[in-house]
Amino acid sequence: MTKSSKNGTAGTLSSVAELRKIIDAVLHLGKAAGADETEVHLDETIDALTRFANNAIHQNVAEHGITVSIRTVVDGRTARATTNQLEEDSLRKAVDSSLQLAHSQPRDRNLLRMPAKQRYRPANRFSRETAALSAEARARAVKQASDLAIRNGQVAAGIFSSGQSQLALGNSRELFAAYRQTHTEFSITMQDDPAASWAKANSGEVRNINPQALAKRASEKASMAKDAKELAPGKYTVILEPAAVLDLVGFLFYDFAATALEDQRSCLNKRMGKPLFGKNISIVDDVYHPLQLGAPFDGEGMPRQRVSLVEKGVPRHLVYSRASAKKAGKKPTGHGFGLPNEYGEAPMNLVFGGGDSSVEKMVAGTDRGMLVTRVWYIREVDPYEKVMTGMTRDGLFLVENGKVTTAVRNFRFNQSLIELLQNVQEMGRSVRATAEEAFEMVVPAMKVAGFHFTEPTKF
Amino acid sequence: MWDLTAVALEMAKLRGATYADARLMHLRQRDLTTKNGQVGTLAQSESIGIGIRVLANGAWGFASTDRLNRQRVAACAAQAVFIAKASALAKRGDTRMVPVDRYVDSWQAPLRTDPFEIPLESQLDLLLKADAAMRAIKGVTLTETDMQFRKIDSWFASSIGSRIHQRKVISGGGIAATSFKGSEIQKRSYPNSFGGQYALAGYELIESLDLLRHASRVAEESVALHSAAQCPEKTGTLLLDGSQLGLQIHESVGHPIELDRVLGQEANFAGTSFLTLDKLNKLKYGSDIVNVVADARLDHGPGLGTFAYDDEGVPAQCTDIIKDGQFRGYLSNRETAKLIGLNRSSGTMRAESWNRLPIIRMTNISLKPGSGTPDELIASTDDGIWMETNRSWSIDDRRYQFQFSTEIGWEIKGGKKVRMFKNPSYSGITTEFWNSCDAICGREYWNLWGTPNCGKGQPMQTMGTGHGAAPARFRNIKIGTAFSGH
Repeated sequence: MTKSSKNGTAGTLSSVAELRKIIDAVLHLGKAAGADETEVHLDETIDALTRFANNAIHQNVAEHGITVSIRTVVDGRTARATTNQLEEDSLRKAVDSSLQLAHSQPRDRNLLRMPAKQRYRPANRFSRETAALSAEARARAVKQASDLAIRNGQVAAGIFSSGQSQLALGNSRELFAAYRQTHTEFSITMQDDPAASWAKANSGEVRNINPQALAKRASEKASMAKDAKELAPGKYTVILEPAAVLDLVGFLFYDFAATALEDQRSCLNKRMGKPLFGKNISIVDDVYHPLQLGAPFDGEGMPRQRVSLVEKGVPRHLVYSRASAKKAGKKPTGHGFGLPNEYGEAPMNLVFGGGDSSVEKMVAGTDRGMLVTRVWYIREVDPYEKVMTGMTRDGLFLVENGKVTTAVRNFRFNQSLIELLQNVQEMGRSVRATAEEAFEMVVPAMKVAGFHFTEPTKF
Repeated sequence: MWDLTAVALEMAKLRGATYADARLMHLRQRDLTTKNGQVGTLAQSESIGIGIRVLANGAWGFASTDRLNRQRVAACAAQAVFIAKASALAKRGDTRMVPVDRYVDSWQAPLRTDPFEIPLESQLDLLLKADAAMRAIKGVTLTETDMQFRKIDSWFASSIGSRIHQRKVISGGGIAATSFKGSEIQKRSYPNSFGGQYALAGYELIESLDLLRHASRVAEESVALHSAAQCPEKTGTLLLDGSQLGLQIHESVGHPIELDRVLGQEANFAGTSFLTLDKLNKLKYGSDIVNVVADARLDHGPGLGTFAYDDEGVPAQCTDIIKDGQFRGYLSNRETAKLIGLNRSSGTMRAESWNRLPIIRMTNISLKPGSGTPDELIASTDDGIWMETNRSWSIDDRRYQFQFSTEIGWEIKGGKKVRMFKNPSYSGITTEFWNSCDAICGREYWNLWGTPNCGKGQPMQTMGTGHGAAPARFRNIKIGTAFSGH
């Protein structure tokens, strides 16, 4: 079974054969307990995260856990029970609990039979080097970044994390799917009192992460962010770095769920098939994109399909679970959440089409505008016009006559995402963007006209 | 359980830890939701494991495991020490902590009815009836209801000899109706948005909410909002209901007083705080009637921030945060208390689960009540807007500038509620806002609101916090900016 670390380096995930053995045991218990159908999700995680602040490591954690989530169906009713104890008694208790929950509710006439065996295109995203990254290796990288901060009279804070995870799904109709991946992240804030700036990268492979380059970038921008001056609120042309784009457009993902439209809570209600965004906006959901991570199957084990969501500014297609597809007379796209749930499905691997510009070119071609490093605490003000509020953070700069001329005090914005995507003037190359509000997506930097800053703060 | 915590502490000491604590936890959870008359989520889960925190070579390490046998727990403790020694490669001095007494205790939060003993059928029946009552109102396009119950046992042992068992039961629930018409989505929730009300209580909380009685009203209001006037953009008098004020306290008092933020330990993610150390006992945080405490004691009420001991074995306390408008105190732990020269921790270390490190969290951060009734508050207001039930919330990373919007507003003219406003919002700067408070309603209208979803830390942890508040009034507030220009 799973092996833990004895020396602080990462442990080892269970083998697929071991996962299959647990799934088979639960399927057997389900049948014996009288379930008409049984489905088992196994999630195993080995994660480690080194956190630093004030130029030193102050938190340093590791975890290794596995959960077994069991869904049973009996007489047209379904429910889920989850445990992290793998002994037969615990698994039996979870099966019984799932059945008890299922029995307690009215029959669901729309409940579908579990899917049968599926075929999956493989996705190889496991890096041994990343899985083996040790606490000492992370500490050495942190030490180097902190030393840079000290040399520059700054204060560093951030994280360096790494981990491996796997998911296996099996059901009583002989469906079986398994996927494993590694992941790593380095994020750094350089404080140059009272200013600060930030840089972050996220990847499936540690070789794609360069902590010292990120530290250098954050340090340089922190120096630039000093002596910020307050500007009047209003509509500005903005150059949004990829992290800022991500945390804004990230709030659109659930609007592409067929269930969200059926529930009339999507901003795409009454807008499908009509020009909504600029003609330069195209969005797909593609789990196999080389910059994406994630399992190539959904919560019921259906293979994820590539879906073209927006084509030249027109919302064209939605994503479907099996249930929402049946209701709409469509084919499932492999985006369903584990059942039972009230949300249906969502695209989790968004890829925005980019352009041939860059942040540098956008700055050079701007007479007057603002360069936005990242945004913070984004919340939805109006769900249909998709007005979002939030703050700029860690580096807002004035651009004048093609150059960054001064740092600017942070602003609150109230900005419609629909209008934002109508006003994109230039885009950079799409990259795997990472920030703090939305999950990682592939998006470009954008130059946007008429971005609405409403109130300044005091720094 | 104590034999496993003992194994952890022994191994940590053997490997060189100068301090260690082990926290074994058993968490059980039940989630029920309905949507448009159908059962949505119906799930139960349990999770058991141990988290081991150690100080070695003057630095912290933490490791956790869900394999609860002596061999695996010992290996986990050894891993924690190894990690601490790695941390020491990038330290700038040894970690030190204020002392804490040794406690051996067992505590159970009081409850009347164990929600896990209530038949699922009757819980679902209540939700489906409330759902049906909302759907009966013409114009409602989406109905949602939910209940959540948690039972949490923790066994904490530390190398100074403390052994503390605590059991908490948390209940929560609520209903919401949404109406989509034209180009607007309007929503009303009860008793609060984003899941309803939560408390350290049993099923008696759900019974006290009387969800069925409020179902038709919230549904009717969600439809009526489409015909309501747009909340104007202006500077004026703002009256807040207790639930919205609870979130205002959370964001503009609770977070900035966290000493880890103040000391830069959260600078990369949650942010820092405008409440730098020079402001303690000097800053006029609010008007003279503003009194805020951080109170984790049961005497304060059954809040989501109520416990007997925090997750580093420090007893629950009441700390003055704002007294007569003056800034008086922070939320601290044993380490940050030492860093700023205090002689004890204020007891606010909390962890979401066995696999998470305890960090400084809000307990119950409450605004003390004033006097009078909400009717009297309205009657004494010549021109203002009453706002209730949060819709969106956002504040900068130093906790100065905020903006909130609520589900519904009411215009107050000549001491009376005269008409409904849709899309209300207000914004401001934290200290200016609290200094503009000129009335707070009395104890009878004070409620300990539960915020079940406060996120902080890396890896992210979700924690429940409590916020006692009664309706209150604020002058010269910027209103309506969120919708300006749209």
